[in-house]
Amino acid sequence: MKPGPFVHHAPRTVDEAVAVLAQVGHDGKVLAGGQSLIPVLNMRLASPGHLVDINGVAGLAGVDVDDRWVRVGALVRHAGLERHAGAGAALPLLRQALRNVAHPAIRNRGTTVGSITHADPAGEMPAVAVLTGGVVEAVGPDGRREIAACDFFEGPLETTLADDELVEAVRFGRFPSGTLTAFVESARRSGDYALAGVAVAVEVEDGLVRAARASFVSVTPVPTLLDLGPVLAGTEAAAPVPDELLDLVRAHVDPESDIHAGADYRRMLAAELTRRALAATRSRDEGAA
Amino acid sequence: MTRVHVTVDGVQYSDDIEPRMLLVHYLREVVGKVGTVIGCDTSNCGACTVHLDGASVKSCNVLAVQADGHEVTTIEGIAVDGELHPMQQAFHEHHALQCGYCTPGMIMQALDLVRENPTPSEEEIRLGLEGNLCRCTGYQNIVKAVAACASTMETSTTARPERSAAR
Repeated sequence: MKPGPFVHHAPRTVDEAVAVLAQVGHDGKVLAGGQSLIPVLNMRLASPGHLVDINGVAGLAGVDVDDRWVRVGALVRHAGLERHAGAGAALPLLRQALRNVAHPAIRNRGTTVGSITHADPAGEMPAVAVLTGGVVEAVGPDGRREIAACDFFEGPLETTLADDELVEAVRFGRFPSGTLTAFVESARRSGDYALAGVAVAVEVEDGLVRAARASFVSVTPVPTLLDLGPVLAGTEAAAPVPDELLDLVRAHVDPESDIHAGADYRRMLAAELTRRALAATRSRDEGAA
Repeated sequence: MTRVHVTVDGVQYSDDIEPRMLLVHYLREVVGKVGTVIGCDTSNCGACTVHLDGASVKSCNVLAVQADGHEVTTIEGIAVDGELHPMQQAFHEHHALQCGYCTPGMIMQALDLVRENPTPSEEEIRLGLEGNLCRCTGYQNIVKAVAACASTMETSTTARPERSAAR
């Protein structure tokens, strides 16, 4: 057996799931897609005594699109969201980012909400949640509450979610019309954890940049928003990216060195990827909105 | 121990298992489907790829209890009456295997790919198979086999209605 022993709970409703979480406390872990959790269990990096498997919970598999939000339920698989026509039309950044999440078989099983709740700095979807001004919808024994994505991430693999809370859904904010987006990342092998990655959103009006921002993957401890406005606002959207912008990115990111790449290289890479992402927003072929 | 009821390659099985048992271990050690192999056990290599309710998953990355009440298809379940599945046939004809260890996973992932995208370009095939590693590095012929199979499967599904319309 690869994982350590645990008790498997299979609640059928959100209330049941929350009740089990409240009972087992810190010794419990929610299992949705399991595409990060099960490898961690297999390698015995963690051995929770209880797994609360929410795959049988009704009402968590929906994607809802309205004027302001794309709401993604806790059991929506990455592949399902990637294929969802309404979500793709409302927020093209979702698809632009999702196709970078691991491999197709992992995307068939892994959930977007689970990826956000896992809060890995190398995760693509936490950065997207922050860039879109997303909201995490949590439910606990005391009821429901909403956490802004920018307040949700505390550190690598750490969030402000309590042990007895379940994330029911994440809402991604829609951009004003005329916003162009792109997601670019670089990994040693396609589908591996990115050395660095970036999501950008640029609001354009009459050919001029009105507002622009970015959030990053693998080069900040938690995804944070970088306002590119001070450099880009008022400039022509089609103009080459100025060097000052690269300086702005290099000053914002705080990468660590590891076996795959040094901190300096990652800082340089984050800046270059931001330049490429901004260039990609101008070319629909490159996956811009 | 937990009782699970799983349909594997069209046959229903009921077994008492530990919740921590991985699907790949259940398939190999309990059901006896040793055609599905274990490669890396860390979700990197894709050798253990099977279909869960028709979509590809890495079976070292799913608990067997999560297949309770669901349908699993392995490499052993895609041939019909001893006749190879067109994808298996294409791998045979294009010499898309060297040592053969990655082949079960490659074929199951390739089927997922053509289900999603019946006419994939070479680049789309490579992207679709990016989660499956061949350490003989025999990718060239694997990509050829998938492309050839996709075009024959596409022809066979589109040709039929045309023929009946002609009558």
